Amino acid sequence: MPAFDYAPAPESRSIVDIKPSYGLFINGEFVDPVDGNRFKTISPASEEVLSEVASAGPSDVDRAVSAARKAYKSVWGPMPGRDRAKYLYRIARIIQERARELAVLESLDNGKPIRESRDVDVPLVAAHFFYYAGWADKLPHAGFGPDPRPIGVAGQVIPWNFPLLMLAWKIAPALACGNTVVLKPAETTPLTALVFAEICQQADLPPGVVNIVTGAGETGAALVNHPKVDKVAFTGSTEVGRMIAKSVAGTRKRVTLELGGKAANIVFDDAPIDQAVEGIVNGIFFNQGHVCCAGSRLLIQESVADAVLESLKRRMAQLRVGDPLDKNTDIGAINSAEQLDRIRTLSEIGAEEGAERWSAPCILPDRGFWFAPTIFTGVTQAHRIAREEIFGPVLSVLTFRTPAEAVEKANNTPYGLSAGVWTEKGSRTLSIADQLRAGVVWANTFNKFDPASPFGGYKESGYGREGGRHGLEAYLEH
Amino acid sequence: MSTDRLAVRKTYKLFIGGTFPRSESGRSYEVVGADGAFLANAALASRKDVRDAVQAARKAVPGWAGATAYNRGQVLYRIAEMLEGRRDQFAAEVAAFGEDPSTVDEAIDRWVWYAGWSDKLAQVYGSGNPVAGPFFNLSGPEPTGVVGIVAPEEPALLGLVSVVAPAVVTGNAVVVLAPEMRPLPAISLAEVLATSDLPGGVVNILTGRPAETAPWLAAHMDVNAIDLTGASDPEFAKALEEAAAENLKRVVRPSPVDWAADPGIARMLPFVETKTVWHPKGI
Repeated sequence: MPAFDYAPAPESRSIVDIKPSYGLFINGEFVDPVDGNRFKTISPASEEVLSEVASAGPSDVDRAVSAARKAYKSVWGPMPGRDRAKYLYRIARIIQERARELAVLESLDNGKPIRESRDVDVPLVAAHFFYYAGWADKLPHAGFGPDPRPIGVAGQVIPWNFPLLMLAWKIAPALACGNTVVLKPAETTPLTALVFAEICQQADLPPGVVNIVTGAGETGAALVNHPKVDKVAFTGSTEVGRMIAKSVAGTRKRVTLELGGKAANIVFDDAPIDQAVEGIVNGIFFNQGHVCCAGSRLLIQESVADAVLESLKRRMAQLRVGDPLDKNTDIGAINSAEQLDRIRTLSEIGAEEGAERWSAPCILPDRGFWFAPTIFTGVTQAHRIAREEIFGPVLSVLTFRTPAEAVEKANNTPYGLSAGVWTEKGSRTLSIADQLRAGVVWANTFNKFDPASPFGGYKESGYGREGGRHGLEAYLEH
Repeated sequence: MSTDRLAVRKTYKLFIGGTFPRSESGRSYEVVGADGAFLANAALASRKDVRDAVQAARKAVPGWAGATAYNRGQVLYRIAEMLEGRRDQFAAEVAAFGEDPSTVDEAIDRWVWYAGWSDKLAQVYGSGNPVAGPFFNLSGPEPTGVVGIVAPEEPALLGLVSVVAPAVVTGNAVVVLAPEMRPLPAISLAEVLATSDLPGGVVNILTGRPAETAPWLAAHMDVNAIDLTGASDPEFAKALEEAAAENLKRVVRPSPVDWAADPGIARMLPFVETKTVWHPKGI
């Protein structure tokens, strides 16, 4: 059969205007950090330096928290919900207006394919602001009492895998409920958050309601531990989540944590195989596997394991790895050298521990950080690649014989963020979904997100929910 | 019958897995009433008792969490019935600690309040979510698992019931550290629980010194959540919260509570997890 190759179809980056350097966004304006420290942010696909951003020290964080406190007391807290709503609607609209710019910038700074930033991340960001805008003047109807009140200043720390989307998940509900925020984006992906700061300016959002402090872990720690922060929201690793949970002990700070995962994606023998394979691919290779809810443990019923794996490998061989800005790209760049290291190390351990490795045959670019889509078969529950979050395009495959064994294996993890079930039998879907200890169960689908749908984990995947009516609870006194 | 009949006294033991063992440590401690008079020797639970209780609770989770909400409601209501029948006994027990006997009535009514919530919380706290696509999408609360509880020192019975009932009604199993100085109503409550069709292990009650046992409970890796309501010393509560962070337990911090007030639903919510299930719609 003749094979038709794709011609490159790069999205133009002329739509973004990256400044050579950015300050911190405090009290409605961009300011220099007090101690003058800056760091570079690069494109993981080319290692080219995109810009220089400020590293916020403790006194910068203090300034930001003070600005947020003042805005909370004087403007945002007392503002009628109806007006808060209108500001949030404005922000949602500006995000839609600048959607392409945001998508390109996100792909540049993060390395994710433009197809995803354009079709998934940015539309969900706008939708999230729209959704919570509507709640701002309806909070007494949300089921948290007749007069729910905001908490105060929220300190929010977000990861690099969905930079702008995680910002939306944090900021939209916080603002809708009448809180003000200081948000720290991840150090490798600060740019879209800084453009979001410009969007706040365009929306005439009162100064201090949203403050963005860029920096690394110390900046985040300074924010989380700041005594004037009333509410801490964190998305990231379980390791850091644990540190945060310890550091807020004995305080009155409210906390929500959205942490790691090691989701089981369970394929029963009656599942439609082609559909399931698409779901498996989407489950683990979406966003290079940099997804806390990724379906990183594939559990296949033994009788169909060979057929599923054969089909999966055939499909994986078709995945296009490369330039994130190419509209045909399925899998972009690994976000950082550090993350690539972790993925490589765990993959080597997987092979050393006796699992069989297979990587899709693909040519990886010379520059930048890349990892071919990879599966491990013959994985046992004791293998580190079956227990630890790899956070990359690496799938561990296990098999099972009975539904009970599938549930047992799926739940055999300290995590509990998400899970997948593939079967044509409705009663089986519902029964398995009931038994899985995970906050989101995708049946005959995977990695679906919506602002109306609560998201969050069981066990060591953290606590609290983001999205939906449930997502309001974290930002209200009740 | 002569009035000087010699009373048969009760041995107060622990309540683990539906049975009444003594502390494996063989220890006990003196419990005295408000007037300082000796009331009983209570079991002084140890670290090993905490572990046994957690194990019993974990074992009880699948059955209790898997029971129908209707069934759980019936069991909780049955507890109220059994308690009502022994109202005078409990009134005397709390009075011995100088407490108002009317708190017993409140405690009975509290079981009734929570019994009714068993099949309503999912309707009030769950949701059908209108996502932007052809998907069925439903969120509902599920029990967190094993909940450790440091019960408030007083009111001895009402405080205990007010922290235990909201955790178990949703399907959790609990290990509760009874009030150190006023443990007797807790063990009498265990007798009520044992005769109310509550499966063994759903509620486990340890008497003794929370200062000794709570750190083991807070640090136990098979406990999913902890209610620190009875940890009134801030430094102690902080240490417990830090220990609880190790496996990211859900934590209820101590705060002043008006036990006579309408309890609302706030005590149930920390011990449920919201699960959201998606399924495509299609022909």
